[in-house]
Amino acid sequence: MNTQLLLIQVFNGLVNGAFYALLSLGLAVIFGMLRIVNFMHGALYMLGAFTAFALGQAFGLGFWPSLILAPLIVGLIGVVLERSLLSRLYGLEPSYNLLLTFGLTLLTQDLVKQVMLSQYAVSSAPYTPPAALSGVVNLGFVVFPKYRLFVIGLALVVCLITWLVIEKTRVGAIIRASTENPNVTRAFGIDVGKWVTGVFGVGVGLAGLAGVLAAPIYSVEPYMGAELIITTFAVVVIGGMGSILGSVVTGFAVGVLAAVGAALYPPIANTLVFILMAIVLLVRPSGLFGLPEGAR
Amino acid sequence: MTVLPRTAARTARERNVRAAWLIGLGIVLLILPRLIYPVLALDILAWGLFAVAFDLLFGFSGLLSFGHAAFWGTSAYVTAFLLGHGQSVPVAMLGGTGAALLIAVPVAFLSVRSVGIYFSMITLAFAQMLSFLALQWTDVTGGENGLQGFARPGFLGLDFSDSVTRYYFALAVFAVGFYIAYRTIRSPFGQALQAVRDNEQRAQSIGYNPNRFKFTAFLISATLAGLAGSLYTFGHGVVSLEVVNWRTSGEVVMMTLLGGTTTLFGPVIGAGLVLLLRDVLTTANLPVGIVTGLVFVLVVLFFRRGVVGTVQGWLRRR
Repeated sequence: MNTQLLLIQVFNGLVNGAFYALLSLGLAVIFGMLRIVNFMHGALYMLGAFTAFALGQAFGLGFWPSLILAPLIVGLIGVVLERSLLSRLYGLEPSYNLLLTFGLTLLTQDLVKQVMLSQYAVSSAPYTPPAALSGVVNLGFVVFPKYRLFVIGLALVVCLITWLVIEKTRVGAIIRASTENPNVTRAFGIDVGKWVTGVFGVGVGLAGLAGVLAAPIYSVEPYMGAELIITTFAVVVIGGMGSILGSVVTGFAVGVLAAVGAALYPPIANTLVFILMAIVLLVRPSGLFGLPEGAR
Repeated sequence: MTVLPRTAARTARERNVRAAWLIGLGIVLLILPRLIYPVLALDILAWGLFAVAFDLLFGFSGLLSFGHAAFWGTSAYVTAFLLGHGQSVPVAMLGGTGAALLIAVPVAFLSVRSVGIYFSMITLAFAQMLSFLALQWTDVTGGENGLQGFARPGFLGLDFSDSVTRYYFALAVFAVGFYIAYRTIRSPFGQALQAVRDNEQRAQSIGYNPNRFKFTAFLISATLAGLAGSLYTFGHGVVSLEVVNWRTSGEVVMMTLLGGTTTLFGPVIGAGLVLLLRDVLTTANLPVGIVTGLVFVLVVLFFRRGVVGTVQGWLRRR
């Protein structure tokens, strides 16, 4: 295989990796802080893309306002879900959260399908990137679509900011304290419940953001999150469930590995991640960046 | 779990309740093909056994497998492949079930060491690998097209082209599978399994090896899921990629929960309810996913003991 092709695959892998990273980052934040395995993350990603599409159809809003608004709307949906449904399952086994969000996924996907069919008479719609980001860039060694470079860049910035906030700021300290020892944190006069809801909202907001970013690349359709969420789960497990750094690094790495693997042996693209996951779990059951269950 | 003193009267009443469930379910299953299409009735048997197999692991061992489609699907494919290559129905079914067991050995070995949500994730990963294999290995699995048009040669004078005959044959196989699950739960092994589920440390301290129990339970569960998968192939005469899809793994969880985990009869009833509901929705051209998703959500939120669990609790309180 020539170097040119390999480089293109690496970049394409980084684009996929950007989506894995954004989604698994949200999952890691939610699992790390709330112990919720959010199966609905893929459906919320799809809702991000759909919201951007619907805002465009209803109010003529373009990509840039949607990039801000859609994640906010999805985050708000997340807050409502957490308050009304998920909070009822706290204290039970995490399996029940997985099952509840699995049911919500089936519900959301078909609901959006019905809305798309009845309101817009389509079950899949293309979404165009803004004019400023159309066309290609010549990087010297490779020519690459501008929009895809933008996706990689933005995902990196968002991941970096999230990591900094959680690891280095007072806000992050409160969040970590709220989850590690809610009773003591409450004793300091901090409303733990509000923080937990907020963290869930931000986590799913990240999924919404990924959805808007994905819309111009994969087009908008009700099941766009279904297969992606399974891969993302694998990424989260490989990185170590709940590890912020692990999810970001693994997200990008898996994207690149799968793309390069696919160039060498095309059928393996979708399975490489699961083979990788099985190997990692054998060697390090708590994932590459994760702490053993007991050490938390 | 609250442990109440087991008086003789209580034990006797429990036995009566169990017998009542057994007779009730038996009668319904015997007349089922007169009430609904025989193919749908056979579907209920296959999915019902699948759900019982799943519950053996989830309800009685506390392990939420999110990849049980791997065993159901493997057996479905192998059964179809053997039937397509001129084997008789019993041989094809045994071959399919054996294949499920064979696949389950390494999967069980690798996954029972993980706990909680990690176990769910690793089982899911293995199921995804098998799903990939089913898609790629087109010579054997038919890839996107699946396998269809295979013969179901008659056996002991039974004519399997008749769907009612097929149903009653399937009912016999189902009864065998259900009995195996029942014996497993009621055996000392089953009791120890539940002890491991309730308190792993304590079970270990009295000399049980938790992982060995989980491993064995996994194998029994996977084998029964395989038997169910071969029934499904036998009933439908078609196998598609859907049998190894992760939605299939999710569906069996839903059936089990709806019917009631750890009740043994519950999963069968849950499977029946889900399939009948889906049949009604499709016939009426209503959105299946919205309604089934809603049912799932309501069951997890308000109805975790399922149909049978709720009725049993209600009976016990009287």
